Amino acid sequence: MNLVELTRATVRLGGQTVLENVDLSVRAAEILTIVGPNGSGKSTLLRTIIGAVKPSAGQVVRKPGLRIGYVPQKLHIDPTLPLTVRRFLSLPEHVSDTAAAEALDHAGAECLSRQQMASLSGGQFQRVLLARALLSKPDLLILDEATQGLDQPGSAAFYRQIETVRRELGCAVLMVSHELHVVMAASDRVICLNGHVCCEGAPEHVASAPEYRALFGTGTQGALALYRHEHNHSHDHEHAHDHGHSHDKDRAAS
Amino acid sequence: MMFLDDFLIRAALAGLGVAIAAAPLGCLVVWRRMAYFGDATAHAAILGVALALTFQTSVFAGVLAVSLAMAAAISGLSGRGYAMDTLLGVLAHSAIAFGLVAVSFLSGVRIDLMAYLFGDILAVSKGDLGVIWGGAVLVLLLIRWRWSALLTTTLNPDLAYAAGLDPKREQLVLTVALALVVAVAIKVIGALLIAAMLIIPAAAARPFASTPERMALIAGGIGAISVIGGLQASFHFDTPTGPSIVCVAAVLFVAASLSDVVRRRLGRR
Repeated sequence: MNLVELTRATVRLGGQTVLENVDLSVRAAEILTIVGPNGSGKSTLLRTIIGAVKPSAGQVVRKPGLRIGYVPQKLHIDPTLPLTVRRFLSLPEHVSDTAAAEALDHAGAECLSRQQMASLSGGQFQRVLLARALLSKPDLLILDEATQGLDQPGSAAFYRQIETVRRELGCAVLMVSHELHVVMAASDRVICLNGHVCCEGAPEHVASAPEYRALFGTGTQGALALYRHEHNHSHDHEHAHDHGHSHDKDRAAS
Repeated sequence: MMFLDDFLIRAALAGLGVAIAAAPLGCLVVWRRMAYFGDATAHAAILGVALALTFQTSVFAGVLAVSLAMAAAISGLSGRGYAMDTLLGVLAHSAIAFGLVAVSFLSGVRIDLMAYLFGDILAVSKGDLGVIWGGAVLVLLLIRWRWSALLTTTLNPDLAYAAGLDPKREQLVLTVALALVVAVAIKVIGALLIAAMLIIPAAAARPFASTPERMALIAGGIGAISVIGGLQASFHFDTPTGPSIVCVAAVLFVAASLSDVVRRRLGRR
């Protein structure tokens, strides 16, 4: 059985349709990446999978007893809350010192145990979040733009760590990212999302799909195309209804 | 239990009961930025007093019921178009206004309104003491049971969802605990100052704590010192007891903040 199965899931937030008829399955031990422009519903999709958002139509089925390790996009810790790294790792379930040290090791964050969470650098913070997610012995590790705020070498190192983790623990990885080239290289399967699933498949397949090119352009121009796209086109979710036609227009424009 | 015959001993025990229940709850209120939520729940207590006297039930039950209703109303109305502070401002002040008006309708009984607004700790009976400690222990058990889940939810609701917890349920736990503390504390500290006993010791404890648990423990200690100090001050200077307790807590908060500033300056050198 797949770890998570979404069937024609539609999610509305504040009167807007953010996701429409999304079919998605996460298989055991695969690295699945979701790419898509800003506002395409990537984070909402992850939040639907962890159960924080309920779909207004369609179904979300999680494998019974599924353990999820979740690394959020941002974690704001109120300055009034004192929290050491060690204490943070024991939330919500208590873990032994050995297990905590091992998880920090896995995540590449050794020796941080006694530090306050507030005193960590961006990279250290993300690694500690990863260590905490690993401690639940997850079947599925979910990362929401986990490298935001890291520089290029930092995020490349972070993704290498993810691959190591997958190899050693055998968990599936579901991640969302903006950094297309890095992520695409590290994934088994890619889903291109823009309110609905535009296309999916192996990274090479998706990268050459017309739907993907319409969204991101080709080759080194990708970043620029993405930028133009966000300003000119009808692909953002306010206009969810005309998704079906917009690819062609986009292709014509680019 | 001869020593309970001394009203000062009873007062001290009542105050300590409130202080230890308020400490962990107050920390959660501070971390979650719910200070005004505590205020609104506490102010609703006056309406509870009026209703309890009208229907001749115990004040404890009346206050508990109205505080719970208030907390539920706030939870239900939040996120429906008004900013949270606006909503709490409306509800907190309306609750106390309606409470005061309702009390004025009670013609038969003469009640000492000041006692409910500012507490009447020196008049705590053995029965009151039982209710206060019963409620305090209940709150502590409830929070201890849900502590880990409450902390996770406080940190980030999505982390809680991913771990299979339900943040809405934890919010409910907190709401119930808050209403219980208000109901046991109204006799001791009064509706207007209950929130102070939640917030001030927790805030004063922050500079000295490295983990959430230590902050709750230190807050309990600071609350206890405030109670004993406030009682003594009130005895010596013949001042109202509830406000005296809060004054001591406030002085401790200032001292804690100053010592933190000094420590940082020295540490930088």
